[in-house]
Amino acid sequence: MSSITLDHQIDRSKMAVSDEVAIEIRNMNKWYGSFHVLRDIDLTVYQGERIVIAGPSGSGKSTLIRCINRLEEHQEGQIIVDGTELTSDLKNVDKVRSEVGMVFQHFNLFPHLTILENCTLAPIWVRKEPRKEAEERAMHFLEKVKIPEQAHKYPGMLSGGQQQRVAIARSLCMMPRIMLFDEPTSALDPEMIKEVLETMVELAEEGMTMLCVTHEMGFAKEVANRVIFMDAGQIVEQNEPEEFFNNPQSERTKLFLSQIL
Amino acid sequence: MSDMSYVRSEMLPERAPPASSVGVVGWMRQNLFSGIVNSILTIVSLILIYMVLAAILPWVFSPTWNGTSQNDCREIVGNGHHAACWGVINDRWQQLLFGFYPNGSEGGADQRWRPIVAFALLFVAVTPVLFNMISRRMNWVLLLAVLGLTGLYLGGAVGMIVGLVLLGAAGFVGFKALSTDKEARAAEIEAGAKRLPNPLIFSAIYPFIAPWLLWGGTIWLPIAAALGFVIGYFAFVFASRALGSLIGIIVAVVAAIIWWMVLTSVFANAVDSILPIGLEAVESRKFGGFMLSITIGVVAIACSLPIGIVLALGRQSDLMIVKALCVGFIEFIRGVPLITLLFVASTLLNIFMPPGTNFDIILRVLIMVTLFASAYMAEVIRGGLAALPRGQYEAADALGLDYWKAQRLIIMPQALKISIPGIVSTFIGVFKDTTLVSIIGLLDPLGLSNAIRADQAWNGLVWELYGFIALLFFVFCFSMSRYSMYLERRLHTGHR
Repeated sequence: MSSITLDHQIDRSKMAVSDEVAIEIRNMNKWYGSFHVLRDIDLTVYQGERIVIAGPSGSGKSTLIRCINRLEEHQEGQIIVDGTELTSDLKNVDKVRSEVGMVFQHFNLFPHLTILENCTLAPIWVRKEPRKEAEERAMHFLEKVKIPEQAHKYPGMLSGGQQQRVAIARSLCMMPRIMLFDEPTSALDPEMIKEVLETMVELAEEGMTMLCVTHEMGFAKEVANRVIFMDAGQIVEQNEPEEFFNNPQSERTKLFLSQIL
Repeated sequence: MSDMSYVRSEMLPERAPPASSVGVVGWMRQNLFSGIVNSILTIVSLILIYMVLAAILPWVFSPTWNGTSQNDCREIVGNGHHAACWGVINDRWQQLLFGFYPNGSEGGADQRWRPIVAFALLFVAVTPVLFNMISRRMNWVLLLAVLGLTGLYLGGAVGMIVGLVLLGAAGFVGFKALSTDKEARAAEIEAGAKRLPNPLIFSAIYPFIAPWLLWGGTIWLPIAAALGFVIGYFAFVFASRALGSLIGIIVAVVAAIIWWMVLTSVFANAVDSILPIGLEAVESRKFGGFMLSITIGVVAIACSLPIGIVLALGRQSDLMIVKALCVGFIEFIRGVPLITLLFVASTLLNIFMPPGTNFDIILRVLIMVTLFASAYMAEVIRGGLAALPRGQYEAADALGLDYWKAQRLIIMPQALKISIPGIVSTFIGVFKDTTLVSIIGLLDPLGLSNAIRADQAWNGLVWELYGFIALLFFVFCFSMSRYSMYLERRLHTGHR
């Protein structure tokens, strides 16, 4: 099995799951036209959880986390993020989006802005922060993802791994309480995967609530406190990583694990 | 099998490329004589270029600048020689530039300084928009200098004093610009020294100054027109506070339109009767020549870009009615030749107006050309929007930017940058299309050239006139094209 090699031991002291609910999804259904992508999803995420969502492609895992900040609209059921229910009310949507950070597979940095401007844009225009304050915080997070020296370059001049770390810093600048990762390492070369995973591990060590769609089973094993397996638009199995990998219950999970490990 | 293992013991140093691949010789080998076919083509092309130039240059360089008529020109170059008769340009260039704009020959003062000043101010107004390398200081120096020179030209005690004061101010500001280097200026700003006001202020008021300079009349009319925006703004502030932003916008637009349609002229006339300040009015039918082309071209270019952006966004909108309106407008305008629209402007539009309204012919043409350009602009910008990856919209959404902020900060800067070549092509096309107004009787340079040719002295001169007009158009279009290349380079930020 692939496992992540880190330069340091994972510090679990702050990885505590509280009983405060961060995300509550009740009986949620979604269709693309007449295609039923998500079926009866029930999921409660507690503050401080690190959840990895795995599953074959087309199983609806990306769609699920994109519903959480309403990049996709669900048609039935409820999604409640930090006490705010996602409805067609734009105010609620904006509130949720300002509390939920998202990292994409293809980074989606803004190519016409420098790294620093990428990071300060939303704080300045959405949270109405003074520029100086926003820049200071952006530099703080850029240091955290270990690329402060790139602050005045443009995204096109950075490597994929660096771009993804900038994308993480950009999300963090909005001070989110929850981070969503949509296959953050799938578009990267193997050597760059490590640097991005390290950043994600550090984030987990600080107690961030994280939902990751990823194929990095090493990350799931070592960082996640819960692994969710999805297939055909439904949650097939969820468990602690140890149990999930060593003792899968459903046939579908067993087949999936035998194919990827 | 032989031994395949190999270890390099030392790395190779860098060497200079062979002499035949660098320098003039290398360049010629690569680009002109890289093979037999290429060598033959190079030689044939050189011969062709020589033949063309040999035919044209003697015609161009003919000593006929002072010829007073076609026959006079013939005598100067001698019989049998075929050469240009530049006397016609010397005689009529002012007309080609200004049409029949009053020059004092029919009594009254020479008014041609007005279009010249308007044109000079145009540059002052657009530089802060077009270039960010020109400093604020430089812009104010230019503005003060233009105004100062105008004052000197107009003469009289007041004009002289105002002119000298303004020129002095320009010199002072310019001298400070030269004497303070970058670091000193940065220190000054850091210390809280007053910075010069943003030159974009002048760019904003220029659209009201220019028509006043060109058409003249009371100064209160442009001021009243500008007041319409102020009224709209306050209407928006109050209405949106009470009724929400969408209704606020509608109320603001309605208030501004009512002001412009009904009250502007009343207000302007009333104030003018108390405090008459103004320039001698010049009628639209006296406009002509290159001045007319530039007026129509600049207005159409400046207005078509924002209207095009709105139309392109409307075309992508989720709101059915907005989308249908935009698609309908774009497809209709693009489906109709510009000449048809111009004929509508010159003849049909009056039928739809309430009787007695006198709707200026140039204004009508301006509206039509602008609408025409906007439709094309909308499609060019739509191309830029379509080229943006979906991820950009998603990232903007995920960061919590609303629609307008996302458009303004993320989508439009990139979409417009992608569409720069298309946008500038449209600009150039619009500028050249302004010559079509000669068909509805406006005297643009082409229309004037017909009039000049009807003169006994210059009967039948074609090449000289068209060559001169072509040169003027080329200067403008080529500058636009170079500017677009400069802009693309400036906005280039590496790969996407």
